[in-house]
Amino acid sequence: MIIDWRELVRTSLPALALAALLGAIFWLQPRAMSYQGLNLLLNLSIPIVFATLAQMFVLTVGDLDLGIGGFVTFVACVTVTWLAEAPLVGVLILVAAIGLYAAVGALIELRNLPAIVVTLGMSFVWFGLAVIVLPSPGGRTPEWLIAAVRLRPPGIPLAILAAVGIGLVGHLLLMRTSFGVVLRGAGGNPRAITRAGWSMLQIRMTLYALAGLMGVFAGLTLAGITTSADANIALRYTLLSIAGAILGGSQFTGGRVSPIGAVLGALVMTLAASFLAFLRLNPDWQIGVQGAILILVLALRAVLDRLAGER
Amino acid sequence: MTALVELGGLEKRYEAVRALDGVDLSVAAGEVLGLVGHNGAGKSTLINVLAGTVVPDAGRIEVRGEDLTRGYDVTTATDRGIRCVFQELSLCPNLTAAENTRIVHRSIRGHGWHERARALIMATLDAVFPGHGIRPDRRIGDLSIGRRQMVEIARAFTETETPVRLVILDEPTSSLDSTAAEQLLAYVRRRQADGVATILISHLLGEILSAADRVVVMRDGKVVADRAASTLARDALVGLMGHVAQQPGAAAGRRRLDAAKVLDGPGPGGRHRLELRRGEVVGLAGLAGHGQTAALLAIYDRPRAFAAEAALAFVAGDRQADGVFPLWSIRDNIAVRSFAALRRHGLLDEGGVSELAETWRQRIGIRTPDVRNPILSLSGGNQQKVLFARALASAATIILMDDPMRGVDVGTKSEVYALIRQEATAGRSFLWYTTELDELVHCDRVYVFREDEIVAHLEQDEITERAVLQASFRADTEAVA
Repeated sequence: MIIDWRELVRTSLPALALAALLGAIFWLQPRAMSYQGLNLLLNLSIPIVFATLAQMFVLTVGDLDLGIGGFVTFVACVTVTWLAEAPLVGVLILVAAIGLYAAVGALIELRNLPAIVVTLGMSFVWFGLAVIVLPSPGGRTPEWLIAAVRLRPPGIPLAILAAVGIGLVGHLLLMRTSFGVVLRGAGGNPRAITRAGWSMLQIRMTLYALAGLMGVFAGLTLAGITTSADANIALRYTLLSIAGAILGGSQFTGGRVSPIGAVLGALVMTLAASFLAFLRLNPDWQIGVQGAILILVLALRAVLDRLAGER
Repeated sequence: MTALVELGGLEKRYEAVRALDGVDLSVAAGEVLGLVGHNGAGKSTLINVLAGTVVPDAGRIEVRGEDLTRGYDVTTATDRGIRCVFQELSLCPNLTAAENTRIVHRSIRGHGWHERARALIMATLDAVFPGHGIRPDRRIGDLSIGRRQMVEIARAFTETETPVRLVILDEPTSSLDSTAAEQLLAYVRRRQADGVATILISHLLGEILSAADRVVVMRDGKVVADRAASTLARDALVGLMGHVAQQPGAAAGRRRLDAAKVLDGPGPGGRHRLELRRGEVVGLAGLAGHGQTAALLAIYDRPRAFAAEAALAFVAGDRQADGVFPLWSIRDNIAVRSFAALRRHGLLDEGGVSELAETWRQRIGIRTPDVRNPILSLSGGNQQKVLFARALASAATIILMDDPMRGVDVGTKSEVYALIRQEATAGRSFLWYTTELDELVHCDRVYVFREDEIVAHLEQDEITERAVLQASFRADTEAVA
């Protein structure tokens, strides 16, 4: 068995970035190196991990979802209102929302529209619906949901278990099943997939529905953590999810995606914020430094790619 | 013996072009059929119909005595054991060889699918290309082009639920080295005994004549010859591909050897220099995709390497991909090449732009009531005229044309031919890649391309279909690189 070292470094880049960031945080604040510390550090990451997975499913077919932030906000707002007061109606709304996500995928495929434009338009729809559902900040997350995200499993914090679980399920579904192969192939060469007798319509709808499902999980967990919501709660999730997915090794085109990488990328983006807090930097710098980390990792990957190309 | 595949009266039109004009073809089990013809003869439309990716306008498709014409599609074809290896790769570059094998086999699924897919493709690769050295778990995009081709070919021969009955190979050896090409042809002959038929398309006539039992020659969407390979020689085959009557060069008597050179540089392959004189129309011929477009782009990107002093303009052939700006008006599409010259005080002179567009609408006869209409309101032929107007309206005196007449109607064609001649007389020079043999009569000289090289340089009195075809198709007696 020949091991391709550069390929190995390339794929482990998100993990290395995460380790470096954790190391820096532990060095600045040794007390973070405990169950409670990790729990606090990573708790906010669960919804971001879900949102990043949602983005990655859309990236699989070569599209970009600019509506995920609006969608997560909408789901969170429904969670603190309908799901708390009339659970059945709440569940129906969320299921319909996933259906609408699949319908957006169908529209993009059938009319051959640019996904960026359609999802950008949808983001205004979602934010608008969120304001209608919850006109002023408030609401109350159902108790069972709050209890669920506050679970304290023995030994390993919930956020880490969740990240590992989500990453593994995503990896099995997309990278290991015979069905996931067809989904990824659609991003690599849609003509070849059509020629082999598969329906691009079904594939795109499936991936968008999966993205919708992940978006629902992101909204539920976010509402669970914050216990209430407002119509701007996940404003930054769109860019965070794109950054996390790309950081984790997914590419904008060609169906090259990595679920485990996406999870790691989402964790890096979350920790970058905490890192700055420990540095006692002005929170206004957060986004800038998150961007800097993104540029650094992508530059490293570009260097590795160039080295590989020169062989 | 009943035929494996029986096609009758197939017809297919694309806009102005009759791609298939009543084609009958039958393939027997275990037969190797060679299919030859020049560009636009209808070969690729025919195999696309057989593969189920193109629906014919009329005609009959029978497989093993069963009439499948209605609703014939990719799934029907694969279920009957008909596989096609297309010229452009139909593998997913982000997937491995094993995963690409799963894509075409619906039955490879469930537990252990990956091991089965890997075993299947490896066994077939080992059988077709012994010693191939391909690892089934590497992404296709990371393999060399030759190895990708091997995977694609081997994949067509993999069997799961339905046995393979017919494999269509479109230029299969174009990216294979000579060893792999021989391995493939030997494998095709071995599978004949199992009743597997093959349709082989190749520009290597020696390959066709040695591997095929029967050769079908196509021209202008029709089958013009159907003979046993043993009765044919290379020269006879070349003769069958061309038209019977040879037209004399319409460009007779316009040699301009005294005119100054506007382009002069080493041609691709280095065997011939590529030259263009003032007022000359020089054709780039040969089979499509043999390096003509790349040569034009090389000149356009680095004019210095060809000692070009004057400005160049490029007329794109693929209108949708690199020709028109689909959201712009006709006016702006014409003027875009001249925007720099139409500036006044740093801003675009709107009046000048309209004037320029209007002048060219009249000169070139673009059929529209108003040049401010969107470009997509025009037919394909008129869009192509806009691209010509764009180049000719500019100050450029060297015009590079990338097979611009693809899919254009006859009327527009003759108008544009006259225009090119008129502009050449006025002192402009044209380098014209064309896939249509008929267009070469409008050229003063012709370079013939094969496998990314200029292999022949024909002076005006030497331009005949036969000479171009002879140079385009390689005989195996010539040195193999």
